[in-house]
Amino acid sequence: MTEETRTETKPRKNAFVLFIHKLGSPPWFYGFAGKLIPWLWLIFGVLAAWGLYLGLVKAPTDYLQGESYRIIYIHVPSAWMSWMIYAVMAGLGFINLVWRIRITEILAMSSAPIGAAFTLVALASGSLWGRPTWGTYWVWDARLTSELVLLFLYLGVIGLYNAIDEPRKAARAACLLALVGVVNLPIIHFSVKWWNTLHQPSSISFTSGSSSIDPSMLWPLLIMATAVKFYYGASLLARARVKLLEQDKRKTWAKNVIREGS
Amino acid sequence: MDHTPFIVGAYTIGFIVLLWNATAPLFKSKTIARDIRRLIQIEERSIDSDT
Repeated sequence: MTEETRTETKPRKNAFVLFIHKLGSPPWFYGFAGKLIPWLWLIFGVLAAWGLYLGLVKAPTDYLQGESYRIIYIHVPSAWMSWMIYAVMAGLGFINLVWRIRITEILAMSSAPIGAAFTLVALASGSLWGRPTWGTYWVWDARLTSELVLLFLYLGVIGLYNAIDEPRKAARAACLLALVGVVNLPIIHFSVKWWNTLHQPSSISFTSGSSSIDPSMLWPLLIMATAVKFYYGASLLARARVKLLEQDKRKTWAKNVIREGS
Repeated sequence: MDHTPFIVGAYTIGFIVLLWNATAPLFKSKTIARDIRRLIQIEERSIDSDT
């Protein structure tokens, strides 16, 4: 590599490294997240309105389940988010335990209540879908039970984090619990294959490309699934900002933020 | 069987839970801002009494 090409590639790498370093700085992260949040809420709002319109108004009635299938437009995205957020939380928890990066523990602990909220919505909406479809609100089958265990894991992480006074120690303990709980994710995912459950197997396959659901019903579902990811982004950053401000309330940057009214 | 109450119920629960989750940080930030303002006042008073 010549000296000329070396000088050409160096600034790009530095800009990325600089961005990562900046993310670790509480005042910079606070300001950056504050600018990003309204855009994430806006994209979520537009996508959710579009997805719900297509799903609740335009999509045809299911020939077998009737109108009750429309619950999938909140149930399935919520269930997917409950798994994804747990995986993200555990991943951030792992980074925090190994490299002790403060912002990762803030993000991991901010993810827990959002994940718990999505799990609760998935369980409640699934239960309301189950009554007209299966004839019961609840059965102790593998999918439903493992999803309930996921809710308890989220509550356990939140409880453990709040039970210890020193935030950094609390976060390390909660991150460890989150990591242990990862074992539940493959159990939830494969439960419909490993056991003969009342919950039907997956109707959508991203790997084989074949889905048993009609495109007119599938598209609203995919739009809603995308929308809730923006919801998670906005909610996560909003919670992380509050947590940072709470932990750093005696620091100069936090006082300056309040003085400036941002 | 009329499915409307189940659909309405599912979306209402979803809306309430996700709305609570989205607004909780706003209420918390107001409490923290009040705490920080108090800290600033204490700090300013101690500076005034020193001078």
